[in-house]
Amino acid sequence: MISINKRQKTVVISTITTVILLAILVIGLLISNDRIVTNLDSRNLPPSLSHPFGTDWLGRDMLIRTLKGMSMSIGVGLIAAASSVMIAVSLGIMAATLGRVVDGIISWLVDLFLSVPHLVMLILISFVLGGGMKGVVIGLALTHWPSLTRVIRAEVMQLQCAEYVQTSRRLGKSQWFIAVKHTLPHLVPQFLVGLFLLFPHAILHEAAITFLGMGLSPHQPAIGIILSESMRYLSTGMWWLALFPGLCLLLVVRAFDLLGEVLRSFVDPYRANE
Amino acid sequence: MQLEAIDIGFGYKKNSWIFRHVHMSVSRGEIVGLVGPSGAGKTTLGKILSGYEKPSEGLVRLNGSPLPSKGYHPVQLVFQHPEKAVNPKWRMKEILHEGWNPDDELLERLGIEKDWLRRWPNELSGGELQRFCVARALGPSTQFLIADEMTTMLDSITQAQIWQVVLDMAQKRNMGILVISHEAHLLNRICSRIIDISQV
Repeated sequence: MISINKRQKTVVISTITTVILLAILVIGLLISNDRIVTNLDSRNLPPSLSHPFGTDWLGRDMLIRTLKGMSMSIGVGLIAAASSVMIAVSLGIMAATLGRVVDGIISWLVDLFLSVPHLVMLILISFVLGGGMKGVVIGLALTHWPSLTRVIRAEVMQLQCAEYVQTSRRLGKSQWFIAVKHTLPHLVPQFLVGLFLLFPHAILHEAAITFLGMGLSPHQPAIGIILSESMRYLSTGMWWLALFPGLCLLLVVRAFDLLGEVLRSFVDPYRANE
Repeated sequence: MQLEAIDIGFGYKKNSWIFRHVHMSVSRGEIVGLVGPSGAGKTTLGKILSGYEKPSEGLVRLNGSPLPSKGYHPVQLVFQHPEKAVNPKWRMKEILHEGWNPDDELLERLGIEKDWLRRWPNELSGGELQRFCVARALGPSTQFLIADEMTTMLDSITQAQIWQVVLDMAQKRNMGILVISHEAHLLNRICSRIIDISQV
């Protein structure tokens, strides 16, 4: 038995999860839509070797549909999480550096957004924007920033008071130098970890809102659509329609969560030697 | 040529004063000790003199004019805890060279070894880090040095080594030093006079 330390284990875990996620994304993008056209000869087939995830009531292969749905969800999640992190970083820095009034306004906004359940806010924003892909992405981006904003605000505030930052100022360094050389390197880990931890949230919320019928339009192969459609056929004994796509969603979300966690312990200098 | 505190008062909240009506001065080339009980405001006074804090009342004058708010500050402070005074994400070389480039002779006299420069702060001990902080504060434009418990956590040999370098440097550059410490032996040995913060 080869013993590996936590750092090596971290590298292995993150490599495996990254490969899985990238594979899903690429396969989903490469498969053409011809593979999921209706094929009435092979309707309602349970899982078999030629159709590992079975087929639905229109004869579409569920494996291909799931892969396409997942890659779409990953894409939507990535855009939404990235924009959320951008919002969080800019608001967090603004709150910490631009004085009490700005801080008050931004903190109030954070409290406001945190006091309303994510999903309700998401449905409202998505509905106002007319639903569809655009509504979901903007809705996700606008609802996932508050908690990260708090973290970044606190981090920047703490850095501003740090002795080495204050000393830097007395050594004649400019605000710009301090921002770039002292503050930014401390924010990069928050930025990356925030991105990876927001990701599963965004995907789950995207699936949830689509499942509820307020999100992506029904002809897109999104995971939420697949799940909500399969509900109707569940009572007729077609369990494979919901089980496999659901498991895939779980797998992808867990993979991202894991990636965020290991990344966090990787970049945190106090935990780096564990 | 002196650093003066004129009728200084400081409090974190209104009408709750840590100290008031403090008058004191340090001339160039002079080494002055500052003592007082814990919580009396020694460190705060040090921070005010070096521009880290603004006094709630009164003013600080350097050679007759107010302290500069920009550029290299002529009054440098060395903190008690060096771990907090260095950026944990910088290598020692960057930390040392943030203000000026100390020559090899100074580094050698402070006992800073060449291969420490490539290390991260968490790979050095407190005493080793403090040598870097001292070297960093001794830039050519430093006119006054405020040593806030600078060597308290070091062993006596290292203490002596660091103080010898600092005192030498002060003499050569005609620098004034304010030594904040609880150690009576140290103060009696190096200071020309001692101020008690509770009696000024």
